Amino acid sequence: MLTPVLSDNWDQIRSWQLASYQRSGGYDALRTALRMLPADVVTAVKDSGLRGRGGAGFPTGMKWSFIPQDNPKPKYLVVNADESEPGTCKDIPLMLASPHTLVEGVIISAYAIRANTAFIYVRGEVLHVIRRLQQAVVEAREAGFLGTNILGTGYDLDVIVHAGAGAYICGEETALLDSLEGRRGQPRLRPPFPAVAGLYGCPTVINNVESIASVPSIINNGADWFGSMGTEKSKGPTLYSLSGHVTRPGQYEAPMGITLRQLLELAGGIRDGHELKFWTPGGSSTPLLTAEHLDVPLDYEGVAGAGSLLGTKALQIFDETTCPVRATLRWTEFYKHESCGKCTPCREGTWWLVQILERLEAGQGDESDLEKLLDLSDNITGRSFCALADGATAPITSSIQHFKDDYLAHFTNGGCPFDPMLSTVFATAGATA
Amino acid sequence: MADTTVPYSTGDSKIGETTIGEMRELAARYPEGRSALLPMLHLVQSVEGRITPEGIEACAAVLGLTGAEVSAVATFYTMYKRRPVGDYHVGVCTNTLCAIMGGDLIFERLKEHLDVGNDETTEDGKITLEHLECNAACDYAPVMMVNWEFFDDMTPESATQLVDDLQAGNEVKSPRGATICTWKEAERVLAGFPDGRADEGPTGGKATLAGLRLARERNWTAPAGAQARTTDDSRKED
Ligand SMILES: Cc1cc2nc3c(=O)[nH]c(=O)nc-3n(C[C@H](O)[C@H](O)[C@H](O)COP(=O)(O)O)c2cc1C
Ligand code: SF4
Ligand code: FES
Repeated sequence: MLTPVLSDNWDQIRSWQLASYQRSGGYDALRTALRMLPADVVTAVKDSGLRGRGGAGFPTGMKWSFIPQDNPKPKYLVVNADESEPGTCKDIPLMLASPHTLVEGVIISAYAIRANTAFIYVRGEVLHVIRRLQQAVVEAREAGFLGTNILGTGYDLDVIVHAGAGAYICGEETALLDSLEGRRGQPRLRPPFPAVAGLYGCPTVINNVESIASVPSIINNGADWFGSMGTEKSKGPTLYSLSGHVTRPGQYEAPMGITLRQLLELAGGIRDGHELKFWTPGGSSTPLLTAEHLDVPLDYEGVAGAGSLLGTKALQIFDETTCPVRATLRWTEFYKHESCGKCTPCREGTWWLVQILERLEAGQGDESDLEKLLDLSDNITGRSFCALADGATAPITSSIQHFKDDYLAHFTNGGCPFDPMLSTVFATAGATA
Repeated sequence: MADTTVPYSTGDSKIGETTIGEMRELAARYPEGRSALLPMLHLVQSVEGRITPEGIEACAAVLGLTGAEVSAVATFYTMYKRRPVGDYHVGVCTNTLCAIMGGDLIFERLKEHLDVGNDETTEDGKITLEHLECNAACDYAPVMMVNWEFFDDMTPESATQLVDDLQAGNEVKSPRGATICTWKEAERVLAGFPDGRADEGPTGGKATLAGLRLARERNWTAPAGAQARTTDDSRKED
């Protein structure tokens, strides 16, 4: 049921250190990969069916093959370790427990695309993760896995750990590049795509932490092994992150396509005495689902079929004590705060969405305001520069779709009918702590 | 976010030769020096306790930019502060999941307890309180951060205890990190100057290991691959 691969060494003593990682077979894949041709490493990752774990699910090997190898400019690998999508909490624990899994993946991936410099762009608000990444890079360099003439193969690679400074938009890959160039993090017009003109205008691959960390296991065990887990179009094991009103929240590494019903069973169910009300399949930018969707296979196709998105597999679980209007307002405030301001529908639209939702939450509105919200959402989504704006409308349209009655109850009640205390962990602290 | 005013100067800047030298060192780590601007601004905060005009000018001089160009970057990012930050930056996640799990009530309690508003510093200069967006620790909700170290599964009681300890100067450890240093010391690590404390703390907390523990208990593994798995059970943590 569970298939720990990325998380398999997390219970080893000092799993973050090189010695521990090597005791678990670490850096064997690097030796194997360096004996292969770079193009064959790309093929292995392509054949595995690995799809990007940062949200969009783009095939990783295919992305690598877009790098024009006849372009004389330097090539760069950039790891997106910005993890800031609300609900998403998989890359940070991975890097804290086993930074070398990422570093080994970086070296193999950079070798595959023939990059000699790689960056790990990690959000700044995670001090201890940054310490462990910095140390892992130093250890890898001292062991001869980084630097010049790696393991005597003539291949050179430098890895730079780069801390961001607090901006959700910098997780968007082209905004990340601007930020990494020392600018305000605002998305770039595409094309050109980063594979052609990315960092410093050079061919660049940007991948999520989990995507890159999956590469060593593919090289070690083979593309077929990876593809033996998961579903037809969504392959491999992956980290599902359960949070909220569940008995045992946390990281559950399972084959793609497991269902929320199965995951909840593993996590001890919804907290005692309560029932599931709504959940996000992959962070706050993915439309809300309900108990109706407990048996949807959590792969790209399955969740899309249910009208949402797999996103980052960040399963935020809310029980019946939760007010969906309050939840939606808070997410909308987040998007308003994080809108980079580059384009009008997003900058102005998120501001208006907050204004209206605040009024609704206070019970000062009527049904026509819901129409206005949907209308505004329609004018924002698909009409903005980047996907932040689409994400901003997801909680709104989906909460109105599933919980119209809760909105209406705010009007008849003259305010929120929910008691915020009941949804807290300390409301039941006596039972769980 | 669009506010681009240069912060006021108090005339007691500590940016000197040492810091400028370190800025040059950061710039030299990158294929193009300007990439070091975010780390350099973290370095400014580690020296000054905030972003100062002198810090901005120093970055500009090292990188060959104008002060306005550096200022425009500094004001874009939430972690750069134009008002002095206390020894301990205390954050409470009030993004949806944490808010609903209790973050809102914790934040209210702390404002009252410390007698400060959002983004304000206590009179003794020890604590700056701020509400945060999701900090990628939702499986430990409600979450707090002190100088960007995790404090998991908080309650209003544990939160007030935590800030009391910080104000009293008691040693405080993150359950998934190191002993808490000062905000300035933390900023120096973010700038790219390690403090040698990576080995403190555990591999992860209970939620991080929840799935793995269950898999071990029930003998669930991934299928065997070309390379047999070499995990040695005798080395398990705790
Ligand atoms: C607003 C916004 C925020 C994003 N944040 C992240 C993030 O924090 N981490 C991440 O890996 N991808 C994030 N993405 C997706 C990236 O743009 C990009 O698709 C991804 O890093 C590619 O890696 P992958 O192919 O390995 O998934 C974000 C996208 C948007 C639009
Ligand atoms: S959609 Fe929003 S975040 Fe994206 S570029 Fe436009 S203003 Fe910026
Ligand atoms: S919502 Fe608080 S850490 Fe994610």
